[in-house]
Amino acid sequence: MATPKALVLRTAGTNCDRETEYALTLAGFDADRVHILRVIEQPDALDDAQLLVIPGGFSYGDDVAAGKILANQMLHHLAEALTRFVQADKLVLGICNGFQVLIKSGLLPWAATDPATAARDATLTWNDSGQFVDRWIHLRADSDRCAFVHKGDVIALPIAHGEGKFVTRDAQVLDRLRSQDQVALRYCGADGGECTGTLNPNGSVDDIAGICDPTGRIFGLMPPPERFVTPTQHPTWTRQKPETCDGLQMFRRARQAL
Amino acid sequence: MIHRIEIRSAGNFGDPHAQGVLAQARELGVSGLQAVAFARLFFLQADLSDEQVQRIARELLADPVTETFTVGTAPATGALIEVHLKAGVMDPVAASTEKAIADMGLPIQAVTTGRRYELRGTVSDAQRELIARRLLANAVIEDVHFEAFAPPEQAAGAYTLHVTTVPIRTLDPAGLERLSQQGDLFLNLTEMQAIQDYFRQLDRDPTDIELETLAQTWSEHCVHKTFRSDVALYDECGTLVQEIPNLIKSTVFAATKELDVPWCISVFEDNAGVVDFDDRWAVCFKVETHNHPSAIEPYGGASTGIGGVIRDPMGTGLGARPVANTDVFCFGPVDMPLSDVPAGVLHPKRVMRGVVSGVRDYGNRMGIPTVNGAVYFDEKYLGNPLVFCGTLGLMPRDMGRKQRARVGDAIVAVGGRTGRDGIHGATFSSGELTHAHETQFSHAVQIGNPITEKKMLDVLLAARDAGLYSAITDCGAGGFSSAVGEMGEHVGAEVHLDRVPLKYAGLSYAEIWISEAQERMVLAVPQEKVDTLLAHFAAEDVEAVVIGTFGTPDAKLRLFYGETPVGELDMAFLHDGLPRPTKKAVYSFTPRPTPTPAERENYTDSLLKILAAPNVASKEWIIRQYDHEVQGGSALKPLVGVTEDGPGDAAVVRPVLDSPKGVVLAVGMNPTLGELDPYQSALHAVDEALRNVVAVGGRLDRTAILDNFCWGNCNKPDRMGSFVQAAKACYDAALAYRTPFISGKDSLNNEFKTDTGETIAIPPTLLISAMSVIDDVAGCVSSDAKQAGNLVFVVGATGPQLGGSHYLRVEGLASGNDVPPVDPADNRRRMAALEQAIRLGLVRACHDLSEGGLAVAAAEMAFAGGLGLELSLEALPITRDGIEGLANVHTAAMLFGESAGRWLVEVAPENRDAFAKALAGIPSGQIGTVTDTDRLIIRGLNRKPVIDATLTDLKAAWQRTFQW
Repeated sequence: MATPKALVLRTAGTNCDRETEYALTLAGFDADRVHILRVIEQPDALDDAQLLVIPGGFSYGDDVAAGKILANQMLHHLAEALTRFVQADKLVLGICNGFQVLIKSGLLPWAATDPATAARDATLTWNDSGQFVDRWIHLRADSDRCAFVHKGDVIALPIAHGEGKFVTRDAQVLDRLRSQDQVALRYCGADGGECTGTLNPNGSVDDIAGICDPTGRIFGLMPPPERFVTPTQHPTWTRQKPETCDGLQMFRRARQAL
Repeated sequence: MIHRIEIRSAGNFGDPHAQGVLAQARELGVSGLQAVAFARLFFLQADLSDEQVQRIARELLADPVTETFTVGTAPATGALIEVHLKAGVMDPVAASTEKAIADMGLPIQAVTTGRRYELRGTVSDAQRELIARRLLANAVIEDVHFEAFAPPEQAAGAYTLHVTTVPIRTLDPAGLERLSQQGDLFLNLTEMQAIQDYFRQLDRDPTDIELETLAQTWSEHCVHKTFRSDVALYDECGTLVQEIPNLIKSTVFAATKELDVPWCISVFEDNAGVVDFDDRWAVCFKVETHNHPSAIEPYGGASTGIGGVIRDPMGTGLGARPVANTDVFCFGPVDMPLSDVPAGVLHPKRVMRGVVSGVRDYGNRMGIPTVNGAVYFDEKYLGNPLVFCGTLGLMPRDMGRKQRARVGDAIVAVGGRTGRDGIHGATFSSGELTHAHETQFSHAVQIGNPITEKKMLDVLLAARDAGLYSAITDCGAGGFSSAVGEMGEHVGAEVHLDRVPLKYAGLSYAEIWISEAQERMVLAVPQEKVDTLLAHFAAEDVEAVVIGTFGTPDAKLRLFYGETPVGELDMAFLHDGLPRPTKKAVYSFTPRPTPTPAERENYTDSLLKILAAPNVASKEWIIRQYDHEVQGGSALKPLVGVTEDGPGDAAVVRPVLDSPKGVVLAVGMNPTLGELDPYQSALHAVDEALRNVVAVGGRLDRTAILDNFCWGNCNKPDRMGSFVQAAKACYDAALAYRTPFISGKDSLNNEFKTDTGETIAIPPTLLISAMSVIDDVAGCVSSDAKQAGNLVFVVGATGPQLGGSHYLRVEGLASGNDVPPVDPADNRRRMAALEQAIRLGLVRACHDLSEGGLAVAAAEMAFAGGLGLELSLEALPITRDGIEGLANVHTAAMLFGESAGRWLVEVAPENRDAFAKALAGIPSGQIGTVTDTDRLIIRGLNRKPVIDATLTDLKAAWQRTFQW
């Protein structure tokens, strides 16, 4: 098939768009960084892309709440185009700040784009530490449905966020996410075992690090996969070179899913 | 009207911020405090229906899952504290909220924000006051209210032009000094007289803006007149020892000139020093200080410090993209009792918390990894904390040279708007601080808005690559006054100040000209490209406005407000009129040997104490708050080892993602030695920075260095004396190591006058930052022990001196000024040999020996690798200076001595001979092996362990100090 197009959406405060574009290119995408004002001028710019990526950063400074203002802007200026995009069976990836945007816009968990109901069931809030933290963690892929991961894989990636604690309104919402196989990534031990001690870096319920929508084609995660696409990005490569770059794998799976 | 909305935690998922306040209040000794409730306050000035206000609160401001909201004021459930920003202080959240409300299609005039705290439990009014002032609010930028407060409607204040003339021609010397003082000009009598003569010749008096322009341009901060002055050096008997013309030209510049390396593109002429990276790219590096602002408002001071240095690479050549930040801090003792902190000084712990959050919030939001740094503590930094921020930039190789504005180019101001913030920053930072500065100079402090800078950066790079401007510089100290004055130095400039976009009305033409409001840059744009350029900025919602033209018939600087001329100066006088009097320096060195400490059976205790000493202890609490991996180029992180929490010697980044080439960043600094022997201290600083570079696999022959001098008041001959010693050392070191200086900055007058009239000067503090370009990051090594059974070598010779060592400090022993002498030429040979061994792949781990010497380095290498070390001092190479054999070296000197030019190196047994060959002729000794145990054991000459500790205990001691 032809090289799939990835649109990396950027705006004021986006700051992981370049390395995300680079990672996408490594994975075989034809990636393009586009400012949201260009998309608002011409919403059908989305139609040419098969993958929409909302990269990491501090969109609009994370003022009010992380990802909130960009989510608000998308809902009020791009709702139609976004609905069209997700219904066209394409892929959406929200990384770190992008995950926060997907959650606060309602695209996750239920693929909705209605300001009135957005983020009513789940949100990403302040880490228990109350602080931004940058460190490497382990993740376990727990979903068969999610197009970006392979169930059972144990993945090494860094986290770098202050508002990454995933919580749901109540137990019913959590059960629904579980029963619909939407819990794509959980923090875990190096061996893939359950979290103990401080392995869960932010206090997320059920150690959740990433979720997808019921179709598995809209995916958001806190740890940025573009930060592990070459061996020397790994914190202990001077001890032993990693065989695989887990972040690159994730982009490759997205490529295969198209 | 104004609608008040309160947002508070719903309580179902906790409230970390309220918890944080509770914990810190308890630290302050408010034991009766049971709980803290926190609310964010939003005030919407707009004609909105109740339903619309409800909708904004529900859909925009409150998180539906974790928060609840109140429209109006909820009854207080405890002692109330509200914190509101003073009028005119930058409020990024308010700006973003206005944008978001507009996105919702609702009307909005203005938004202001505040914070509300309710203290539950038994809290006296005095305690509430204490919590408000010491923890929650800074009087410099915020007001505290103990009842619900509603900010007044923002009415646009009008400004009517009134040109102020300052009578100067008739003033006597006393009058001139008074004028300088009352106008916060910080100019001395000679300088005031030069200005007086100039206007006497013109036969008129200056306007306020002309005087301000001269004061800004001639400020210590902007021209470094001390470092550029001629120096007469005397010894303590008053005998003239040496006359040095233009100190900086004779030392730092001279070294670079003599070395004349081919890979330097631009040195000491632009906002940052520029060197080759590869055939497509160049890298530039600049390190700045922002000390005075950080002393009175740590968060704002530090964030605008980093924001300012980030604009230096952006304003170098045709503009570079920032790719890495470094930060080095000096604070007073964080464990100092509150009661001992002098009036007008913030507690060091509060300063440290504020500075770290300031750097974190600006650097992280800009998306620039903060990869390397250091923190030092000393009582003398109490009134003058030091905040060094560095930024590495990447630019196309052919855009590295400094550009000047061309005649006819439009002057375009881009980025943030201009307000009253930061007025007199340059002159303020050129004077001494007093206990009254907290209030006097609050207007010199600014709050940054990183997103404004990031937006501006995104467009600048696009405009640069489209070739839309011919020159660029940043608005830093002195604001437009410095930026336009410098760009138009040779062609002149005509500026229309009424065209500058303002944050709020009411600024005078002079305030607009000298404001140091953040996130602004100035471009020189060819007329035919103006429209395209303005369109680029408009397309990403960044303000860009033409405020004048470069080039006047007589190359003068002409300032207008509307059609009214408000100022006119000759560029020649502005830039060359500053008198350069000879500065007096007094220095002499009388050796004071350290009293020999008693020998001891075992030194494990001392090792644990040094590991826990604030200067040595783990800085993980700081490092993890910084994003050190954004941009994807991270190759060697600040923390290394099997559990990623050991100390690295230097950071390595890969700024071009599809290239294996990297940049090594390292620092060296030793204020303790600075007080004992400024010359040796400077050599130590250079050696340490280069030692760190080499330790991770850097290339000495592609290493450039930067100097940052922070000194006391150099109008005092003794301070100037030590300054001269350090400058001479910089020259000697740069030549010996063959590493050119490419950029630098000095911050003098770091002295504090307390309310009791006592003056505290900082220790002579020289920061050396090193940048090395390497071919392949895959060849780098880290400091953590890798493999049991590997051999451990010490490279470099250990001297008998203990002067200035951490050992003496932690044991409370007297120190002389016999600091270990540095032999740069010799150390350079060691570095070259070790560099070769690393390039040949013979080194598994390498850690430099600095604070705490061999024992500390060994402990760090061991616990970082999770492996034991078994070492013996018998094979330790020693220096040749007057000692026959190890037996005459104090055990403490062998273990903790801080001689320069030394490393601890791990080598696989099969590489022993190759390693020995690579180090032929270099003092080195195989002192032991890596073991499969959890112990560090160091045996003395009698084979008995002088150090014996478990890795767990060593690591715990190292990590405990800053577990905040």
